[in-house]
Amino acid sequence: MNGLALVGHQFRYDQKAFWRNPASVFFTVMFPVILFLILAVVFSGEDVNVRGGIDATTYYVPAIMSLSIISATMQTLAMTLVIAREDGRLKRGRGTPMPPWVFIAGRVGNSIVVALMMLALLAAIGALFGADVPWGRLPAILLTLVVGAASFCCLGIALTAAIPSQDAAAAIVNAMLLPLYFLSGVFIPEDQLPNGVIAFADLFPVRHFFDAFFDAYVPAGGSAVSWDNLAIVALWGVAALLLAIRYFRWTPRTG
Amino acid sequence: MSYGSTEAVRGIDLDVHRGEIFAFLGPNGAGKTTTVEILEGYRKRSGGEVTVLGEDPERAGREWRERIGIVLQSGRLDPYLTVRESLDLYAGYFRNPRPSEDVIALIGLEGKTDERTGRLSGGQQRRLDVGMALIGDPELLFLDEPTTGFDPSARRQAWDVIAGLRDLGKTVFLTTHYMDEAQRLADRVTIIAAGQIVARGTPQDLGERESGETTIRYRSGGREVVMQTTTPVQALHELTAKALADGEQLEGLEVTRPSLEDVYLELTAEAASPIEEGASS
Repeated sequence: MNGLALVGHQFRYDQKAFWRNPASVFFTVMFPVILFLILAVVFSGEDVNVRGGIDATTYYVPAIMSLSIISATMQTLAMTLVIAREDGRLKRGRGTPMPPWVFIAGRVGNSIVVALMMLALLAAIGALFGADVPWGRLPAILLTLVVGAASFCCLGIALTAAIPSQDAAAAIVNAMLLPLYFLSGVFIPEDQLPNGVIAFADLFPVRHFFDAFFDAYVPAGGSAVSWDNLAIVALWGVAALLLAIRYFRWTPRTG
Repeated sequence: MSYGSTEAVRGIDLDVHRGEIFAFLGPNGAGKTTTVEILEGYRKRSGGEVTVLGEDPERAGREWRERIGIVLQSGRLDPYLTVRESLDLYAGYFRNPRPSEDVIALIGLEGKTDERTGRLSGGQQRRLDVGMALIGDPELLFLDEPTTGFDPSARRQAWDVIAGLRDLGKTVFLTTHYMDEAQRLADRVTIIAAGQIVARGTPQDLGERESGETTIRYRSGGREVVMQTTTPVQALHELTAKALADGEQLEGLEVTRPSLEDVYLELTAEAASPIEEGASS
């Protein structure tokens, strides 16, 4: 098989394994849906004082989409790659003629496809709650998603270098992402956050991605593509990629 | 060959012939895994010359990897893929893979084809490990302690699979810390202890080479007598002649030669004693 066919081959089996793994299906697919339903029901009818006032459901659609894209990419990759590394699966793969990049490309492809599915799923559920799907902005939405997904994939791969064991994976990933979701206005609308919080969150890529995705999804004037936010997200991605190339390990750290 | 600050193995000189099962035998911590990982290209050596299938494993590429198969000492497969899917996935990595059905038959997992690997027993998973290494139809297989932690019947099954590799014309480099495993499977054995080679030969040679000390045991007047000798024929002749002359019964007379297991334990204990424990395997 040539390189591209081999990536497709790897991707097929990564998809099978993903959908059969109850943990990945729950945390990556079910959890964002449940979270959106709860937030949409609790805050239904309320307004969020952003962009001259929008209703809470319209706010939470892009918010939870951002979360689920980060979950499908950074979180899924960091966790599954650490587990595969500690199980010796990465080492076993390195003993075959498969080029290492094929394995990574299969996993990244898996993450981006899941992210796209989550976009469609949450858009459909959002529409049931009255948040219209902005079809006219689809190119901007897809561009933002692809730049964000690729960058957060790099961040997830780089993060594996800082995770010593399978047991530590979930703790480290959640300890990084959960506070950033709160501080970036994903869970609590940004008009209700104290001054300075968003400025602090601006130091990290989650806030910039959410901001860019919000601009793409919510038709409230301005450009649909938030170039400055996307550039910052992409810079994080490139920096992470360089770290990953330098520090990613294929052999177990434990055992 | 060293890593970290400890030199794990030194002066290892191995020569493996095509088509043989070569056993690299030694206790835990002797340096077996370090050596095999250097041969597999996983680990850089600090010195010395290594050629595997005509290439230096440190620099060998994709073509070389088409020709080898590796069973690591530990490692799991994706628990959510079935036996067949795991093999099919790896088959895609090789240019001329062996059909998955053939491999499943070779490792005796016909009844488990569609079972997820996470649900296999330890012995079945280990046989699948061998299958994963066979899927590329390699010329040379590395098996690192393939039966450690097995119950006797699982070991027997794994042995049958490994012995079958010889019939396929494969060259097998087997590391083990079980003397009986080397004896049962290998054409030639090299024994390593504390990072150095202490003996080499066929399993038969190794047993006979150390036949130096024969133990003669008997009871005389209710007292247990044990004598060790390098000339058992002469010693027995003198002993029995004297007993006959004295009209003495040599009760419980027993003449024993060391077993291969004894030879192995003696060799590895000697080598290990002057050197600090803790050399990593």
